[in-house]
Amino acid sequence: MEKLVELQQVTAGYADEVVLRNINFTVHEHDFIGMIGPNGGGKTTLVNVILGIIKPMSGSIIFHPESSDRRRRFIGYLPQVSRTDKKFPISVRDVVLSGLATGQRFMNHSSASDNERVQQVLAQMGIEPLANKNIGELSGGQLQRVFLCRAIIAQPRLLILDEPNTFVDNKFENDLYLILRELNKTMAILMVSHDVGTITYYVKSIACVNKTLHYHASNIISQEQLASYNCPIQIITHGDVPHTVLRTHQH
Amino acid sequence: METFLELFDLLFFRNALLAALLASVSCGIIGTSIVSRRMVFISGGITHASFGGIGIGYFFGFSPIVGAIFFGVLSALGIEYMSKKTEVREDSVIAILWSLGMATGIIFVFLTPGYSANLMSYLFGNILTVSQLNLRLLLALSLLVIVVFSLFFKTILFVAFDENFARAIRLPVDAINYLLITLVALTIVLNIRVAGIILVLSLLTIPQTIANLFTHNFKTMIFLSILTGMIGSFAGLLLSWFFDIPSGATIIFFLVLIYLLARIVLQIRISLKIKRQINTEHETPKTIL
Repeated sequence: MEKLVELQQVTAGYADEVVLRNINFTVHEHDFIGMIGPNGGGKTTLVNVILGIIKPMSGSIIFHPESSDRRRRFIGYLPQVSRTDKKFPISVRDVVLSGLATGQRFMNHSSASDNERVQQVLAQMGIEPLANKNIGELSGGQLQRVFLCRAIIAQPRLLILDEPNTFVDNKFENDLYLILRELNKTMAILMVSHDVGTITYYVKSIACVNKTLHYHASNIISQEQLASYNCPIQIITHGDVPHTVLRTHQH
Repeated sequence: METFLELFDLLFFRNALLAALLASVSCGIIGTSIVSRRMVFISGGITHASFGGIGIGYFFGFSPIVGAIFFGVLSALGIEYMSKKTEVREDSVIAILWSLGMATGIIFVFLTPGYSANLMSYLFGNILTVSQLNLRLLLALSLLVIVVFSLFFKTILFVAFDENFARAIRLPVDAINYLLITLVALTIVLNIRVAGIILVLSLLTIPQTIANLFTHNFKTMIFLSILTGMIGSFAGLLLSWFFDIPSGATIIFFLVLIYLLARIVLQIRISLKIKRQINTEHETPKTIL
């Protein structure tokens, strides 16, 4: 499979604090990777390194855009919704439109084809009626859909989602996973999640991040693996079905 | 009525009116960015830091406005640069620059021989003594702000709304931020003549807060803020003339009055709407299932 992003011996952090050490990690085309790990373990830092928001202290990050369709964006991004200022005066339409902006093209107005694209992607997510609403009027789930629209409108080759399942109801969470499965046919997906229980059921592989990174080529992690990788994740139990993560299941 | 019309024959009054209208344009646009991005405290810091420049200008005998521009823009760029470093607390840095500027200004004003009555106009503003130079600078600023916002409106909006996302899609976030904070500093400093250091921030926030009551659209908010600012400063100017009270303070007093009225009107409209909804539910209970 074709490589999209390659991290080699990456060490990264903020100011005087090293958060991640010697990360080797490759994202391939058609991947659906769930990234799990404890809070403060460096999940968001790693995402920020891949996005180019923070520069690694050492090591290198290689992008492989050579074969990519020029009309497609390389990376699409859905940030944590909790960081959003819901009082900001901006409409759903403009938020989604921002997904089409590029550094080369200063946008002071949107073209007819841009607007059409916005309409299409809103329809795809079933939130067309919200187009002219202000983001302050939306529920958590609706806002996540809007951000998903913004992330995928430029048809990225790699979609990165940072905790998309926070502040949303169960129904949206299920919808989200179905949507992601569909999207995964045309783009690689890297999804950060704190909820180990649900994520493992949908993803193809798991990256466990806690200062260092352990990559599991399947979505099944055994108790032994967890112990040997020294991967201190919390297992969430759902009522009568304890430890969903650990159960072996056929595909 | 005659005296009212005669007022417009007076050159200084016409200048004051022009200054007020130009102030409304730059403050309307830049203030919308400040309020939307929650940069009011940063703007307060820049405002007070610029007093250092005014004091130095007085002492060395050059135009205090030039000193203020220098101090204001430098402290703005400093704050923007510091805020990128995660190890410093942004609000503390702002507080330090805020008081450092004031302290520098006070010391240099103290060292300047003779009491300067004119100094009061920098603290409290005096739009009636606005100079030709200041008017030209205000005009240039308004044009600059209009040009920048027409050229990069969407990019400015996207960066303001979600900086992280803007960085991820490689928008020129740093360039936009430095450009904007410079415009914020220039807008504040050049409008000090209108409302004074102590009151200028209200020209950048009250019209926006009023506009925000009626719209949640960035662009509409800009236009409504400009309009509110113009009404407020025009009415305030007239009132200050007739009652012979300080112009800057009167303008702001009038703007706050508009805000309170707008709130009351809005509140009445909301309660009427709710009442109507309850009434219609009573009349046609069967349609609501």
